[in-house]
Amino acid sequence: MTAIEFSDRPRRRGVNLEKWGWIYMRASGVVLIVLIFGHLFMNLMVGDGVKAIDFGFVGGKWADPFWQWWDVLMLWLALIHGANGMRTIVNDYTNPGLVQKVLKGALFAAAAVLIILGTLVVFTFEPCPVGAPADLLPSFCAA
Amino acid sequence: MSTATLEAQSTDAAIQSFTVTFLIRRFDPDVDTEPRWQDFDVEMYATDRVLDALHKIKWEQDGSLTFRRSCAHGICGSDAMRINGRNRLACKTLIKDLDISKPIYVEAIKGLPLEKDLIVDMEPFFASFREVQPFLVANSKPEAGKERVQSVAERAIFDDTTKCILCAACTSSCPVFWTDGQYFGPAAIVNAHRFIFDSRDDNAQTRLDILNDKEGVWRCRTTFNCTEACPRGIEVTKAIAEVKQAVMRGKP
Repeated sequence: MTAIEFSDRPRRRGVNLEKWGWIYMRASGVVLIVLIFGHLFMNLMVGDGVKAIDFGFVGGKWADPFWQWWDVLMLWLALIHGANGMRTIVNDYTNPGLVQKVLKGALFAAAAVLIILGTLVVFTFEPCPVGAPADLLPSFCAA
Repeated sequence: MSTATLEAQSTDAAIQSFTVTFLIRRFDPDVDTEPRWQDFDVEMYATDRVLDALHKIKWEQDGSLTFRRSCAHGICGSDAMRINGRNRLACKTLIKDLDISKPIYVEAIKGLPLEKDLIVDMEPFFASFREVQPFLVANSKPEAGKERVQSVAERAIFDDTTKCILCAACTSSCPVFWTDGQYFGPAAIVNAHRFIFDSRDDNAQTRLDILNDKEGVWRCRTTFNCTEACPRGIEVTKAIAEVKQAVMRGKP
């Protein structure tokens, strides 16, 4: 009698990214419900509603650190949530190989570029840059 | 006299027979390169099962039709197949529950290598099953002459998952398993659940480690195909969710 080998799959212990990915999807989903509906409510329902949205409205919001952080948080959580969801779809519908690597690389690149550019814009947004020609500035930039 | 009885039978609506068309996905590895659909007309009663139709075809029309079945009463789990696009046991699917105005499609379960007609290679399925250590591992010894005691409440936790008959209907209905044969699949997780939550078992931690793998419980997309497919009515997706919770807690 020989002992039966019950596991021929190499097992990795310790941190499991798939587990944290799964937990991230649940946690970020709950936070995003609040962030996105809060965002929609503030932009579309409060005050003049959708008619109020223009360059000045966005510039005004991003002058306030509260809305800066609200939007940045929404950007990061939503993009990572979406990219991770797309990654699982790629895992489900393609076999391991070059195509899968290219698709996942494209997803990562798209999410990374959007997150970096978005964060940069939110925190460095200046509606009235100093030294810009007056005819390019919005009307509320009273010099 | 006997003629009269026969005539009386055929006019009785309750036992009227119907001609049912079956479209069966055939594959003979010696002849075919691709599976092909073949149709058979079978005389059936409403109370007959799909398995009876397969028997009639094999015994009366085409002896080369190949399929697995053993007990024919929904316990052995041999005759899981895809009937009208849904995984079911042929021995538990009654003709009266199917729409016989259209042909009934019968094919092998998906996601496992097709061997012949309705038979697939079950080895990858059982390999996953073996990997989760589906047996009692107890470090303690019960007192001499006694059994390991378990309360009704402790037993109720895993009662649902003891019902599994390993027919592979759930695993072969799982879209993740179709594209990724590495995934343990619902059936293996159900059988791990049965021992993880057993108060007499001491090896839950090992099983949770095994299922916390890249191809473990986190591949589950909660599509509920497995729960829908289970001929034993096991709430498979719920069992998988309970294992996920246990992995996150780090204990059952």
